[in-house]
Order: sequence, then C-alpha cells, then structure tokens
Amino acid sequence: MIVELGHFALIMAFATALIQTILPMWGAIVRDPGLAGMARYSAFVTFALVLIAYLALTMAYIGSDFSVVNVVMNSHSTKPLMYKISGVWSNHEGSMLLWVMILVLFAALVALRGGGMPERLLASVLSVQGAIAGAFLLFILLTSNPFLRLADVPMEGQGLNPILEDPGLAIHPPMLYLGYVGFSVAFSFAVGALVHGRIDAVWARFVRPWTLLAWIFLTLGIAMGSYWAYYELGWGGWWFWDPVENASLMPWLMGTALLHSTIVMEKRDALKVWTILLSILTFSLSLLGTFLVRSGVITSVHSFASDPTRGVFILGILTLFIGGGLSLFAWRAPSLKQGGLFAPVSREGALVVNNLFLATSAVAVLVGTLYPLVLETINGSKISVGAPYFNLTTVPLFVCLLVLIPFGQSLAWKRGDLTGVGQRLLAAFGLALLAMIVTFAMTRGGPVAAPLGLGLGVWLIAGSATDIINRCYRRGSSLSVIFERAFGLPRSAWGTALAHAGMGITVIGISATAWGVESLAVVAKHDPLMVGPYTVSLEQAFKRKGEGYREDVAQFSVMEGASARGLIETSKRIHTGREMPTTEAGIVTYGLGQLYASVNEILPDGRVSIRFYWKPLVTLIWGGALIMALGGAISLADRRVRIALSTKTKRASPSNAEAKA
Amino acid sequence: MAMTRKQKRLALIASAGAVLAIAAGLILFALSDKIVFFYTPSDITKQNIAAGSRVRIGGLVENGSVVRDASMNVTFRVTDTETSLTVHYKGLLPDLFREGQGVVAEGVYQGGNDVTADTVLAKHDENYMPKDVADALKKKGVWQGGKSQ
Repeated sequence: MIVELGHFALIMAFATALIQTILPMWGAIVRDPGLAGMARYSAFVTFALVLIAYLALTMAYIGSDFSVVNVVMNSHSTKPLMYKISGVWSNHEGSMLLWVMILVLFAALVALRGGGMPERLLASVLSVQGAIAGAFLLFILLTSNPFLRLADVPMEGQGLNPILEDPGLAIHPPMLYLGYVGFSVAFSFAVGALVHGRIDAVWARFVRPWTLLAWIFLTLGIAMGSYWAYYELGWGGWWFWDPVENASLMPWLMGTALLHSTIVMEKRDALKVWTILLSILTFSLSLLGTFLVRSGVITSVHSFASDPTRGVFILGILTLFIGGGLSLFAWRAPSLKQGGLFAPVSREGALVVNNLFLATSAVAVLVGTLYPLVLETINGSKISVGAPYFNLTTVPLFVCLLVLIPFGQSLAWKRGDLTGVGQRLLAAFGLALLAMIVTFAMTRGGPVAAPLGLGLGVWLIAGSATDIINRCYRRGSSLSVIFERAFGLPRSAWGTALAHAGMGITVIGISATAWGVESLAVVAKHDPLMVGPYTVSLEQAFKRKGEGYREDVAQFSVMEGASARGLIETSKRIHTGREMPTTEAGIVTYGLGQLYASVNEILPDGRVSIRFYWKPLVTLIWGGALIMALGGAISLADRRVRIALSTKTKRASPSNAEAKA
Repeated sequence: MAMTRKQKRLALIASAGAVLAIAAGLILFALSDKIVFFYTPSDITKQNIAAGSRVRIGGLVENGSVVRDASMNVTFRVTDTETSLTVHYKGLLPDLFREGQGVVAEGVYQGGNDVTADTVLAKHDENYMPKDVADALKKKGVWQGGKSQ
C-alpha cells in the first residue's frame, strides 16, 4: 500500500512540476502577479510529493518488502539499517529518485528564502527548476520506476553490491548530488535572468550563496569518493581519471570558475554575460555527468545495468536543457546590458585569469572524456584516454593558476598595485623557496616534481596567510588591535584564505605521492619486508567468518627501526550470496602518512602474496579538500548574515580590500 | 596612465587568447601522443601493429593458461577464440581475474604474440563485462552474455 502511495505521489509530483513550470513563467511574461505567485506554492507541493515517494521507497527497504523488484535486487533482510537506507540509492532507479528529490529540495529552499527577490525573477527561476524536475520525473516514471512490483514474491533479497557496503559510500552519493544538482539553481537563475532581461549585482548576490552551497557539497562529495576508491578498491590510488570521476570534476572546475565570477559581478557589476554563460555551462556539465554515468555509454563501477532507452531519454533531457539554455543565451545575451570593463592588473582582472584557467581545464577534461566516444562513433576505433593525457593537459594549467592565486588574492579591486603586492608576498615567496630547497636537499636523488609541488603548496598557504596578516597588521599596532581587526574581518576573507590554503594542502599531499614506496612480495611467516621507513613481517594468516562473508586474513606487525608500531591487517573477502571477492585493504595512519597493505592471495603453503605501500603525507589530499569546504562554509555564513542585514548596513571593516587601494 | 577602454578590451582578449592557445596546444599534443588504442588479439596480428606500441587488448583469459612464479610474475593468454596473445605481467591481479572470464590488459606490444602489461583490469561484478571486450566478442559471435537483470 505504501509503495502504491509512493508511486502515486510521484505521478502527482510530475503533474505539479508541470504546473510549476508553466503558470509562473506565463505569469512572469504577462506580468500577472497572481500566476507568478503560484511558483512558491507549487514548488513546496512538488517537494512534498517527491518526499512522500522517496520515503515510501525507503520504508519498503527498511521493511524488506520483497514484492518490490528494486528492493529484491538491492537489499537483504539481514542488512544493517544503515545499508537498508543507503540501499535506496545504490541502484539506478533509487539514485535517480534521490537526484530528483534533491532538485526539488533546492527549488523549495529557493522558494522559502526568496522572499526578497523580485517576484518575476523568482517565478522564472522556480519555473525552470520545475521544468528540470518534470523532465526527470517523467524519465523515472517511464524508464526507471523504482516502485514496480513482482508477481512471485521471493523470500529473500539479493543484497547490496558488497563494494558499495561501506559507510563512506553510503553518504558519498547524496553529497555528490547535493553538489551537482545544486548547480541547477545557478542555471535556473541564469535562464530566469535571460527571460527577465535584467542582470545586475543584486542577481549575483542572490545566486552566489546557492553556488557556494553546491560547491561545498561537491568538494566534499569528490573528496569522499576519492577516499572510498582509495581504501575500498584496494589499488592504493586515489584518482583514476575514470569517466565517472571526470563527470564530477568537470562541474567542480566550472563551478569554481562560476563562484569567482559571481564575486566580480556582485562587487564590480562586471563580467555579467560571462557569469550567465558559466551558470549555464556548469549545470550542463552536471547533466552531462548524469548522462555519462546513467546511460551506460561508459563502463565503470558506477554504471548499473545499462538500458539504451534510458540513455536516449537522458540524452533528450540533456539536449533540451543544454541546447535550450545556450540558445536562449545566444538569443538574449546581446540585449543584456554589458558590464563595465576594468584594468587588467586588479582583483577583477586576476579573477578573469582564474576563470580562464579553470574553464579551459574543464574543457581539457571534457575533451579527454568524450573523445573515445566520438572517435568510436566516427570510425569505430576504440581508444582509451587515461592518466597520461589528463596529467599532461590539466597539470600545466593548474600549476599556472596556482602560482597566480596569491597575487590575485592580494590585489585590490579596480586598480591593483603589482609592485606593492610583490613586496608583500616576498616573505611568502621566500618561505616557499626555502621549503622547496630544503626538501630537495633532504630527498636528493628522489623525484624532482615532489619538492616543486611542495613549494607550490607552501606558496599557496603562505600567500593566504600573508593576505590575512596584511589586513590585520599595521606597523606599531598593538596585539589587541590586531586581534580586533582579525575578528572584524569579513568572514568571506577568512573563507577565501582557508579555501586557498586548503588547496595548497591538497597540492602538498598530491606532490608527496611521488615519494611513495611500493613493495610487492611473496612472504613467509616472519620474513621482514622493507616498506619505506617501516619493516613489516607476517605474523599470521588465517581464515575467518564474518557476518555475510568469509575471509582469508593476513596479519603483519610493523616495526620502525627497533620499535614496534602495531599491527596491520588485510583480507580477501568472499561475500556470501553473490560469491563476489573483494580485497579489504589494511590502512594505518602514521603522522600524516599511511601504510597501506593489500593482500593478493594466501598460498596453500601459508605464504602470502602481498602489496604494501608507504604513502607519506597522503592524508593531506583529503584534509586539504575538507579545509576548502570549510572555507566555503565560512564564506557562506558571511553571505547569510549580509543578506539578512540587507545592503544598507554595509560592514565597516577596518581594512578590507578597498581600503588598500 | 590609465588604460583606455580599447586597451582594456585588448588586454582581456589577448590574455584569453593566450590561455586558450596554450590549452588547445596541450590538448592536441596529448591527444596525438597519449591515447591508447584497443585491439582484440586478432586485430594485433592482422593489422601489423608495430612492436613497441602501447596497446590495450581485451578478450577472455584462456583456460589453463595462467602461470605464476614465486616473484609475482604472471603470464596468461588472452583469446578472442581465434587468436591468442601471451600477456606478461608483474604484480597483483584484480580480485575478479579468473580463467575463462573477460579481461583488459594495457601495456607494450612486443611483437609476435607477446604483450608486456602494466595494467590488468577484470570485470567489475558478475554482470559486468568490459564493454570493449563484449563488443569484440559479439563481433566474433562468441558472446554468451551475462545473467540478464
């Protein structure tokens, strides 16, 4: 009964999404406030209905209702509650439902917080959100219905794919979706502005918090996915340039560009048309990602059973929104009032450079991801575009971008003083150079790229610190005054500094992978094996039974010099039911690095074939991403305050960027 | 001192052009140099692939062909039922690597029937066959298909 209720709610949601699309847009065009006012209520109703459908499916999972195909295929009555709940989005149908639910959630939040927005803009934004939701609801209802029942009800479900049975993966998809579906808001705002024919700083002020929110979640989602791949797949790598990873990286790159261009638009009323274009492109890349992952045109661990009708349907949605958005842009953008121009050496000039590098990196990733598909369609050749391509194209672009960040961050708006900035950054530059030279000397004969990358990371961190120090410290100011200034700084200044420093930390973590050590061996009991600074030796190998699996476990003791550093355990697991083998990597964190063990096989004579890695500073990769997201969150807190306070009470911060000019 | 409107516009266009040119150059170079073609074992022998080229091959692991030695060297044959290639690999094989199952190996073609692989990928779960392999086997008419969901 609950399942039918869910199904019915989903059909109703499609109907209300249509209402949400048509009436408010018509109202906005003919300037009928009554019709335009429908937008908010219909957004709330659509959200409520999709929520009911979603909860109904979740209830079916929790109650192990095996009359529902979707539950049979992806759950098991003995699963812990968490995996019953996360089982909902472990499969194509359920994850599409989650996608739509997050989409309508964003629409409802925009409706809730959009009180201060111009009525016509709000109506057209919600109308576009309604259209996207409608298209995907139709997709679910016609091709991917999670509520289908079975005539013969089996006694037991097939269980979750064991590699998805993991707390990290349970929250990774919702995070990622909150990220890339969140960019739909920027897209809707762009289309709204094009329909409305007006864009100004106020528009940017409304869009920026939503973009920032989506960006925070996407950053966390990508970091979490990367860490999951690192420990769960047992290959020791943290990024594979897999098409699915690229699908999330492209909107991140474009979204980061968008985040920065909205700042220029808000502060200086410039880069308007460009910002609109970026908003459309960012969400287009999110849609493209959804298409790549869901249509089965690429194969990866993420592509569930592929069905050509689904692919064609999503391609239709993709064409409609990307094509529609870009056509509207081509038609309406020339009639928009252009923003002002500005001096190249200025904060806004630096942000343009940021945008150029980020957008071109996104294009490079896009080309590499789609090229195999295109080539196969044209002449049937099958190729693979892997890490060598992506490293060669994105790394130089990113290095240029990262070198320039501290300059941009310290430049003043309008007219920047490059010499002054150079002088202020001298200490940061010296520090970075010192770090580079010291690590180079310490690791003589090692890889050259690692000290360079480490120096770059230090440069970013020191550059961010310089910016904050310069805003707080004046010669002769007392400590209490400095603290007062530090507390008085706008939160967005802290947010920017943290996010950039976080990037620096990630860069250090990535560079340090070059110092990693890999040891492959077949070892007998108590055979010592050197792995970087550690010596490991096999203590015991045994069989063990756990809940839902049996495994071959290998236990190693870790020594550093003469002192024992504990045990590390890795196993080869066979999951009962699916009889699917997985490798459970053993990971122990020492300082900022990790010792990583991955068993291949326990041989009949008791020897173990094993792979060990020592990965110095590897935790910084994800730690940096967390700090980036934290920086975003702090900036967001600032935004909320500012919007609530309205524009009249402009903050009188002691020394913000303007004061420096 | 201050730049004119025209100069500002020019500066913007010039910097955009420079970045785009660099990016386009990188992309074109990388696409011509860093991509790897996929072949079936028959393609390799028929198409006169030069020894030393980087290739990706796919097919089924021939039954009884897997030989391991004590220092983790593995050799196995990959077949499309018509021709088979011997793959030499050092390292851990993926969890789902099995005889009679689909596999993709990437590495350097050594001429003759030998490939030295640095990467070996097996299918991801019981229903998944690397797409390239499935397509190649379908063409050969030996595709049996997995359990359909």
